[in-house]
Amino acid sequence: MQKLKLVMVGNGMAGVRTLEELLKLTPDMYDITVFGAEPHPNYNRILLSPVLAGEQNFDDIILNPLDWYADNGITLHTGRKIVEIDRRNCKVIADDGTEAEYDRLLLATGSNPFMLPIPGNDLEGVIGYRDIADTQQMMDTAKTHKHAVVIGGGLLGLEAANGLMMRGMDVTVVHIGEWLMERQLDRNAGELLQQSLEERGLNFLLPQFTSELVDDGQGRVKTVRFKDGTEVPADLVVMAAGIRPNTELAESAGLACNRGILVSDTLQTFDPKIYAIGECASHRGIAYGLVAPLFEQAKVCANHLAMLGYGRYEGSVTSTKLKVTGVDLFSAGDFMGDEDSEQITLSDPIGGVYKKLVIRDNVLVGACMYGDTADGGWYFRMIKNNQNVSEIRDHLMFGENAIGDTGHQGQNKAANMPDDMEVCGCNGVCKGTIVKTIQEHGLFSVDDVKQHTKAGSSCGSCVGLVEQIVLNTVGGAADVKPKSDRPVCGCTDLNHGQVRKAIRDNHLTSIPEAMAFMEWRTPNGCATCRPAINYYLISTWPGEAKDDPQSRFINERAHANIQKDGTYSVVPRMWGGVTNASELRRIADVADKYQVPMVKVTGGQRIDLLGIKKEDLPSVWKDLDMPSGHAYGKSIRTVKTCVGSEFCRFGTQNSTQMGIDLEHALFNMWSPHKVKLAVSGCPRNCAESGIKDIGIIGVDSGWELYIGGNGGIKTEAGEFFVKVKTEDEVMEYSLAFLQLYREEAFYLERTVHYLHRVGMEHIKQGVLADPDRRKALHERLLFSLSFEQDPWKERIEKEELKQEFRRIAVQQLDEVNA
Amino acid sequence: MNWLDICALEEIPQLGSRVINGPKGDIALFRTGADEVFALDDRCPHKGGPLSQGIIYGKQVACPLHNWQIQLESGEAVAPDVGCAHSYPVRVEDGRVQLALDKVRESA
Ligand code: SRM
Ligand SMILES: Cc1cc2nc3c(=O)[nH]c(=O)nc-3n(C[C@H](O)[C@H](O)[C@H](O)COP(=O)(O)OP(=O)(O)OC[C@H]3O[C@@H](n4cnc5c(N)ncnc54)[C@H](O)[C@@H]3O)c2cc1C
Ligand code: SF4
Ligand code: FES
Repeated sequence: MQKLKLVMVGNGMAGVRTLEELLKLTPDMYDITVFGAEPHPNYNRILLSPVLAGEQNFDDIILNPLDWYADNGITLHTGRKIVEIDRRNCKVIADDGTEAEYDRLLLATGSNPFMLPIPGNDLEGVIGYRDIADTQQMMDTAKTHKHAVVIGGGLLGLEAANGLMMRGMDVTVVHIGEWLMERQLDRNAGELLQQSLEERGLNFLLPQFTSELVDDGQGRVKTVRFKDGTEVPADLVVMAAGIRPNTELAESAGLACNRGILVSDTLQTFDPKIYAIGECASHRGIAYGLVAPLFEQAKVCANHLAMLGYGRYEGSVTSTKLKVTGVDLFSAGDFMGDEDSEQITLSDPIGGVYKKLVIRDNVLVGACMYGDTADGGWYFRMIKNNQNVSEIRDHLMFGENAIGDTGHQGQNKAANMPDDMEVCGCNGVCKGTIVKTIQEHGLFSVDDVKQHTKAGSSCGSCVGLVEQIVLNTVGGAADVKPKSDRPVCGCTDLNHGQVRKAIRDNHLTSIPEAMAFMEWRTPNGCATCRPAINYYLISTWPGEAKDDPQSRFINERAHANIQKDGTYSVVPRMWGGVTNASELRRIADVADKYQVPMVKVTGGQRIDLLGIKKEDLPSVWKDLDMPSGHAYGKSIRTVKTCVGSEFCRFGTQNSTQMGIDLEHALFNMWSPHKVKLAVSGCPRNCAESGIKDIGIIGVDSGWELYIGGNGGIKTEAGEFFVKVKTEDEVMEYSLAFLQLYREEAFYLERTVHYLHRVGMEHIKQGVLADPDRRKALHERLLFSLSFEQDPWKERIEKEELKQEFRRIAVQQLDEVNA
Repeated sequence: MNWLDICALEEIPQLGSRVINGPKGDIALFRTGADEVFALDDRCPHKGGPLSQGIIYGKQVACPLHNWQIQLESGEAVAPDVGCAHSYPVRVEDGRVQLALDKVRESA
């Protein structure tokens, strides 16, 4: 097939990201030609500020080196500006006469600094702040001149001012607003910011109106004059009073523009062959000036260029972060608020901390923070998700640490951490390494960081912190989607919810069928998506979908826990933690016979035999003659119990029997993540029911049920769910809740995270509100379980299942060696 | 080359593996979804994890211990990780899997 021709005008962040997304979808559809007016490959424009401040070099901020273009077969013309689009003949013409024909044209021309229309704005020494050339000029001027004036107290102006000050200039910021960054901050935060920047040595004039730039007689600027007649000296004037979408080229080609090239939800201009993206485009009346929305646009635009045709761009919520080292500031969404919204504020002027949250109809719509921004990412996600916050409202101000699921986030403030401090305890990764990797490789998301450094890729408790470091390092460009929105893995664009829905709606019952239907990009997925799909299939279509052992993590394939030396551990089930002499004797015999290196009592009220060879597993199970404890599975684990009313002087209920009954009922249950229960006989709670997925506490008049407890990475106390009278009710309510969890939670989401995602109200609606619905859930779980058997027993009995545990004997090998 | 007869192709599950005793420790034989067979030392270049126990996809295996991705053809870890598990020539003749042990390595 003849390839189509794609021409891109503007070699900047939005355009090149679109090409990257496009190449991921279809590497061969187009011959691609790129024209860029700047003489550089694509670089990370937002990092010009750290370069100006002397924290990074130009080399550090290149995103796509020339090799990248070559490797992807892209023809790149740097230093060439397109001056005409000939729409009739479908070609573009550059300033040096170079022409290129297109089948599709992508305009990504960004924007230009707005130069105030005042006398003297064309003098030498008067510049905007946009590209490498501007930055270089500022750095050079700082070596030879003293006085700089920055016009504009917004994000860009302050970053320019800070950089020039770091390079030794005497800097005055002139601003027409009543406080700094009035588009991103409210007055309180703006004033705190000004105070701290003054302490660092910047001068401010505000509100102040510039009327003229005065010539020194040789064509260079000398002073800045204001409307009130006053003046300040200036060898350099940086105009940072806003940007204007660069629509000149589009307008001359007759494309409709209105403060940006008008585009639809598919990023198409009025000429359907021509797309526009990035700062030059106006979507539903908004031309975005930050990277994150542009990247969202890029995804959609690529989807249409690849002719897939289903992506829609519907606008973005944006957040802002000032990249001045040592100043913590964050704002997102509608942080000003109005009569219809409520505000929660925290203000500590002495400590330099100010936080404001804006809530409308129980939804967080905006946040503005100064001094302590550790929770910025968390608030931003809630804003983007329209999350109902009524239940966590009391704690909202105190941050994710007071509620959320990502461990150490608030405790250690990423910004204040020294570089050599460890962020990821599992993989031994320090903050400095993460920051360096983000900068060197141009990373924007936590997943990228995980891939490059391993930080956050094991237990996950530091993910919040890593996210914060990403935010601090790349600012608003950070890609901080909530997990539930993210694609399952690199093999697909669908998220967990969409995958599960497709499996349910289309009655998909095998992994190859599911992957074909959902157009998986890889032939057989990867180690992340296959286990997830396998779970969704067997939980959605019990009895129909066939379990795929090769799509299970080794522990669930071998039905034992792999150890660091490749041996396995065996934990037989002891119902409710109760055992007897004959079981103990068999365990002792097995320990002797197989010379088990360690026998240990687990934290789950049973016994672990560690260090068993894989080949020996089936015979160990046979000799034990006890059921599998599933200590290895995303499955029911243990039901811990206390001695209860049969023996204990305080016991009100027979908690031991209740636990045993529950454990029998749930035996062999697979779930999105592991599930642990505990039953205590009285509120002294000796079985630790407070930190279990379901915790049950006997009281005089019946049983209290708590759900969503977790004793692991981050301790979470279970929330009170319901109080019931009888053992049968405990059974029915517990099983119904677990079935809801099995049907709705995403793979690897524990009950606490599921609970936080959907809210307690939702679960109560599902399980408590309607007895019929509860009974139906209960029935569905029993139906699912009716297909399951003790996996150990199966493997002792069925010859064909033993292959997994056998080695192939190859005799000649020893001879070869001899 | 000294080719050894190992087993029938069917004795290795698709997207699965089997282990044999090699002269210098275990060797893992992997069968991909497209029925290609590859052989690597059953030791992850990271911390020696048994690669045979990992999840196999495409022409890669994910180590069961810390999830390094190892390429079955070359034994090389997928970037950003760096390391290599030794690989052995394998062929399938008449439905039988055959493996060659190289002398080079033994003298090395
Ligand atoms: C054997 C045991 C430790 C012990 O010697 O006591 C254990 C051992 C492991 N735990 Fe655990 N956990 C054990 C009780 C616990 C408990 C305590 C409890 O169950 O009362 C907890 C906290 C309670 C909880 O889960 O809420 C616990 C929280 C974890 C976590 C964190 C889970 C979380 O959601 O935060 C993990 C990691 C995971 O599952 O992803 C984990 C993972 C592991 C793994 C499976 C790590 C792995 O993936 O290989 C360990 C296997 C070791 C091995 O080499 O065999 N283990 N683990 C305990 C087995 C209990 C049992 O009889 O089944
Ligand atoms: C100093 C600075 C700091 C910033 N900090 C942040 C931040 O912290 N967070 C954030 O989210 N955003 C930040 N931004 C904004 C961010 O950089 C932009 O939103 C983003 O780069 C816009 O991408 P774009 O592709 O639309 O435009 P650009 O990246 O500007 O790319 C457009 C390119 O097109 C070229 N071009 C224009 N016309 C033509 C033509 N006719 N022919 C050929 N080439 C042409 C231009 O030379 C330019 O290279 C910052 C910007 C600056 C300048
Ligand atoms: S047993 Fe649990 S706590 Fe102990 S090292 Fe392993 S995962 Fe960590
Ligand atoms: S041993 Fe293989 S990833 Fe660590």
